Amino acid sequence: MAQATFRIWRGDKNGGAFKDYMVETDQGMVVLDAVHRIQAEQANDLAVRWNCKAGKCGSCSAEINGMPRLMCMTRLDQLDLSMPVIVEPMHAFPSIRDLVTDVSWNFEVKKKIKKFKPRKPDAPDGTWRMQQADIDRVQEFRKCIECFLCQDVCHVLREHQKHDEFIGPRFLVYTAALEMNPLDTEDRVADLKERDGIGYCNITTCCRQVCPEHITITENAIIPLKERVVDQYFDPLKKLFRIFGA
Amino acid sequence: MAGYVTHNYDVLIVGAGGAGLRAAIEAASTGCKVGVVCKSLLGKAHTVMAEGGMAAAMGNVDDRDNWRVHFSDTMRGGQYLNNWRMAQLHAQEAPDRARELEAWGALFDRTRDGRILQRNFGGHRYPRLAHVGDRTGLEMIRTLQDHGIHSGMEVHMECTVLTLMMDGGRCAGAFGYHRERGQFMLWQAKAVVLATGGIGRAFKITSNSWEYTGDGQALAYRAGAELMDMEFVQFHPTGMVWPPSVRGILVTEGVRGEGGVLKNRDGQRFMFDDIPDLYKNQTADGEDEGWRYTQGDKNARRPPELLTRDHVARCINREVKAGRGSPHGGVFLDIAWIKKHIPSAEEHIKKKLPSMYHQFMQLANIDITKEPMEVGPTTHYMMGGVRVDGDSQMSTIPGLFAAGEVAAGLHGANRLGGNSLSDLVVFGKRAGEYAVKFARENAVIHSDETQIGAAMKSALAPFDRTAKEGPYQIQHDLQDKMQDLVGIVRLEDEMQQALGVLEGLNQRAAQVSVEGNRQYNGGWHTAMDLPNLLMVSEAITRSAILRKESRGAQFRDDYPYKDPEWGKYNLITKQGANGEMIVEKREIPPLPAELKQIIEEMK
Repeated sequence: MAQATFRIWRGDKNGGAFKDYMVETDQGMVVLDAVHRIQAEQANDLAVRWNCKAGKCGSCSAEINGMPRLMCMTRLDQLDLSMPVIVEPMHAFPSIRDLVTDVSWNFEVKKKIKKFKPRKPDAPDGTWRMQQADIDRVQEFRKCIECFLCQDVCHVLREHQKHDEFIGPRFLVYTAALEMNPLDTEDRVADLKERDGIGYCNITTCCRQVCPEHITITENAIIPLKERVVDQYFDPLKKLFRIFGA
Repeated sequence: MAGYVTHNYDVLIVGAGGAGLRAAIEAASTGCKVGVVCKSLLGKAHTVMAEGGMAAAMGNVDDRDNWRVHFSDTMRGGQYLNNWRMAQLHAQEAPDRARELEAWGALFDRTRDGRILQRNFGGHRYPRLAHVGDRTGLEMIRTLQDHGIHSGMEVHMECTVLTLMMDGGRCAGAFGYHRERGQFMLWQAKAVVLATGGIGRAFKITSNSWEYTGDGQALAYRAGAELMDMEFVQFHPTGMVWPPSVRGILVTEGVRGEGGVLKNRDGQRFMFDDIPDLYKNQTADGEDEGWRYTQGDKNARRPPELLTRDHVARCINREVKAGRGSPHGGVFLDIAWIKKHIPSAEEHIKKKLPSMYHQFMQLANIDITKEPMEVGPTTHYMMGGVRVDGDSQMSTIPGLFAAGEVAAGLHGANRLGGNSLSDLVVFGKRAGEYAVKFARENAVIHSDETQIGAAMKSALAPFDRTAKEGPYQIQHDLQDKMQDLVGIVRLEDEMQQALGVLEGLNQRAAQVSVEGNRQYNGGWHTAMDLPNLLMVSEAITRSAILRKESRGAQFRDDYPYKDPEWGKYNLITKQGANGEMIVEKREIPPLPAELKQIIEEMK
């Protein structure tokens, strides 16, 4: 079959450069197949992180022709192969080597978010009762495969490097899943405002557009959380009550 | 020579899938110092790939279900080679483990009265699988991960274990390296739990990720532990077959649980043609009864598509060999046909099987709500592994435990779908609990510097070799040959030939060279995986040669029938005094009267 050129970034935290590789392509191939072929035949030490190759684990995140995507779910027949296919690591995280970045910051952020705290069981046998309709939205959030592409595309992290002040779309979705779980009794609204920097998000919806699981990140998760923050802290009527009621 | 970094733990867990995380949570809950080592990032382990559900006889959908039925289903599915104690504990404890996940934040699909919904699956008499659409494994691993990170465990991500540390006959930790940086690491521990998963990468067509290189089985074997049932490799009947680059990716059994049917080129439902005697009483007479079963009719019996995986895989193989297959060498799996019965079938399918819809749409341009899928068998699961004590999960080496896929026993000759996720949490918990007990009773350990030196030397050797063969071609050749010679249909001659091939590959692997440096070097990582893959391949082949019958996942074309005599034995693999591999028969301990009676009653 046809040949295609892959322009892959090679290097580490000290810098690097793009290198071109010619690859034989087969029907149905995805970008990760091409990268593996290069690794097996031309560059044994090429660093690439991957696992399931089925869009379920979220390991092989990269930027393909400038778009944050999973390499395993990007088919070559969706790309213009008359031009070199550009494959780069995610930009929002420090480089380790080649296509692999240091995403450890994400794991640290998650630890700080207050854990799930269920209400007392509903039944004597220690179980709960929930209606499917009440958990549909949370199940949408729990589809997240933690590929961190939403974090990669978010300008607050990518351009402004606010990693110390803003938890990013992934962890706003994570917080939303906890806050909207019908069993949960914890309150994370103060944290969202003060520590997690939810105010930084100005809903450009880039995160929603790159999500491989099609989670409606902004509309279903972030905006309702913003509403809770506004409701608790910026409601003028409530403010009056606070001033005069106390 | 380069140095290494040392960490000290009471309990070390190797692997962070469902079993590893559950073991870590259990151990950490006692206040022990717990370390977890995993090859990938946290939350990416193979458990995320599990789709259909977690088997637990809660009886939420059909109140006739209970642990006795689940136990007898598991034993029947395993063709009675199972460790009956494990099958019993598993059936008894799975419901508690499922409910516990809910208490930790898992959100399973619901019944109308608000309880955990359960679905039908192959070999399970009643709807038994707690599930979340077709992404149950993701729900499980995320729940364990998010709960576990608050339990005090320390996680070492992207690390490979090269050897288990031994201290006079007992296990005392592990030695390996950090994949990201290439730094050597010593994890000293008073007890070690292996939870490393399976061996699927020994075969060419597989649903398994790169991690599944038999590390735990090989580490335990080299440390002197006994392995068991290594001939039993499960080929899942339905993997994708087209396009070539996605060949092997799993198509969940849930498709058939929701009413999907298998057809050959001529549109015939061939599964009705061959129903094993053991299941005749439980299988539907015709299409109508089968459909009613999938829709919850308690008086209907299951359609033949929901027979056990070993059987369905062989039937598909037969159709393809007889020239009745689909264009790309599989058969058709049709869920779209249910629109005949359900008016809003399209929405129903998308809701029940969202990731299947997504997977076929994105990778094969096929809309499963309109067209049938092409499917064929794919290497999926290892029933065999480290031989363990049923209660404690301790291997034959003191201080070394194993849980989940890396351990043998629960599934016998064939695993039922849904029994893996429950296996992980039931025996993950037990392994964690007993590892703590062992660590407390055997606190003093000592690390052998000679062993560390030897491990570092052999790990670095490929960088210095002048021979130019890299690891990828060797791995590729191994996968090709295992697929061809020790695959779904086995023959003595071909397997003898495979032993010769393995010998050659072993020699090549001993001379493998890698380029570049130690930082995140895919070539080096693959070179380190090779000895493990080769070891388990040899164990599979030798065990499959010795077992001269067809049972469960093992199908011998030269011995096509089940032989009651062989039903008395498990096969044990261990290392001989001179490093040679020994495979031998071991009589299965007799079933206690109480369990025997349950099996009789459920026949």
